[in-house]
Amino acid sequence: MSIISVKNLRKSFGNIEVLKEINAEVQEKEVICVIGPSGSGKSTFLRCLNRLEEISGGEVVINGHNITDPKININKVRQEVGMVFQQFNLFPHKTVLENITLGPIKIFTIDKAEAEKTALELLVKVGLKEKANSYPGELSGGQKQRVAIARALAMNPKIMLFDEPTSALDPEMVGDVLEVMKQLAKEGMTMVVVTHEMGFAREVGDRVIFLDGGYIVEENEPNQLFGNPQNERTKAFLSKVL
Amino acid sequence: MLSIRKGMKKVDTIIAALPILLKGLQVTLYIFVIAIILGFVIGLLVAMLRLAPIKILNWIAKMYVDAIRGTPFIVQLFFIYFGINSLHIVSLNNTTAGIITVAINAGAYFAEIIRAGIQSIDKGQTEAARSIGFTGAQTMRYVVLPQAFRRMLPTITNQSIISLKDTSLLSVIGIADLTQQGQIQASATFEAFKVWLAVGIIYFIIIYLLTLLANFVEKRIELR
Ligand SMILES: Nc1ncnc2c1ncn2[C@@H]1O[C@H](COP(=O)(O)OP(=O)(O)OP(=O)(O)O)[C@@H](O)[C@H]1O
Ligand SMILES: [Mg+2]
Repeated sequence: MSIISVKNLRKSFGNIEVLKEINAEVQEKEVICVIGPSGSGKSTFLRCLNRLEEISGGEVVINGHNITDPKININKVRQEVGMVFQQFNLFPHKTVLENITLGPIKIFTIDKAEAEKTALELLVKVGLKEKANSYPGELSGGQKQRVAIARALAMNPKIMLFDEPTSALDPEMVGDVLEVMKQLAKEGMTMVVVTHEMGFAREVGDRVIFLDGGYIVEENEPNQLFGNPQNERTKAFLSKVL
Repeated sequence: MLSIRKGMKKVDTIIAALPILLKGLQVTLYIFVIAIILGFVIGLLVAMLRLAPIKILNWIAKMYVDAIRGTPFIVQLFFIYFGINSLHIVSLNNTTAGIITVAINAGAYFAEIIRAGIQSIDKGQTEAARSIGFTGAQTMRYVVLPQAFRRMLPTITNQSIISLKDTSLLSVIGIADLTQQGQIQASATFEAFKVWLAVGIIYFIIIYLLTLLANFVEKRIELR
């Protein structure tokens, strides 16, 4: 059974239909990369998966929870779905450690010492143990994003969503963040990654989805999609970015 | 010789009046502290109503804020003390009416300050908190309000100072605050100039201390 199942997903902002009939299945431990031109609805698609955007139509089932059911407790489902944003969105009034422990302490009500222990382990994993007591304002972009990943992981999610996690970074910072994501993929995390990093998609992605004009235009394993695109629009897009 | 003695006598009258003025100050501070705390709670609630996704609540909150902003303090005071009491449904003594008026007045201004503060926090903060699994209320409490409060502090201080000064108008309904005691002393001693100077200095010192306190809190927050 798929861990993410999207059927006939539609999303409109006012009169503008941004997603027009999206169907997608993601299996456990799969890494799906979503590519496509600016404004094609990649972020919107991702944000529908944890209902940061209200869904206009269709059905989205996440780890067995139908999140299009209005009666579902979406907060509970979101605990199982981590999200990493282009702009990091760390809490500037909290230290790195507090950023990571806030969710576990307040939502799972585990005690502080235990939460901090887990947080420190996560910081070791993202290579930022020595920054535990810094404030986000004291970190570089790449460091911020790695903290944001650790913060999401602290909730022990089943799925991680990434929305262009490296697009706001200076080029020399990109590698560190991608490295952490690769590691995560290797450990078997289910990931949906909106990205412009075609190298990453090729290397880490199990499947690549090309989104354009609100539709999934083409979907294939990376070697096929990049090496032998079938659709004219895919070809046109790849010729611009590769 | 004579003029020095005369001068001494004048200083004496101020020194004699001082304990009474300080008694008045106590009343002023008592009313101010209770009213400002109440006002802050009102402001917080009204700001929430203003931002709630329910039209009728937004509308009620806006009516309240507009009504307070659009009328003079003294009219609000008379409305609550004379107006409400004239209905004979409740009977408010002057201190209670005074506290309520200052609280309701400050509450409207606080509501606008808090609303603006909340809206100034980047949407990404809320999204990050919600994506972790926080409820809307938890997001407010742990993520948005602490950040908004920092930004609001200077404006909150300003409004508090205005409210403190507004309490001097409560003397017109017979509350024995600093201003009222000043009036009594001024007419009893025939030393209006010195008494009012003394009253002014006392207000000034209190407001100065309030400003120092606010600066201290602001610095502590900025250190983070
Ligand atoms: N909150 C919103 N209100 C109205 N329109 C929106 C909103 N969010 C997105 N849109 C519109 O929906 C379309 C898809 O936006 P989306 O952010 O999903 O694109 P994207 O593929 O992520 O683009 P990019 O690569 O630039 O991030 C765009 O035309 C955008 O203007
Ligand atoms: Mg986007």
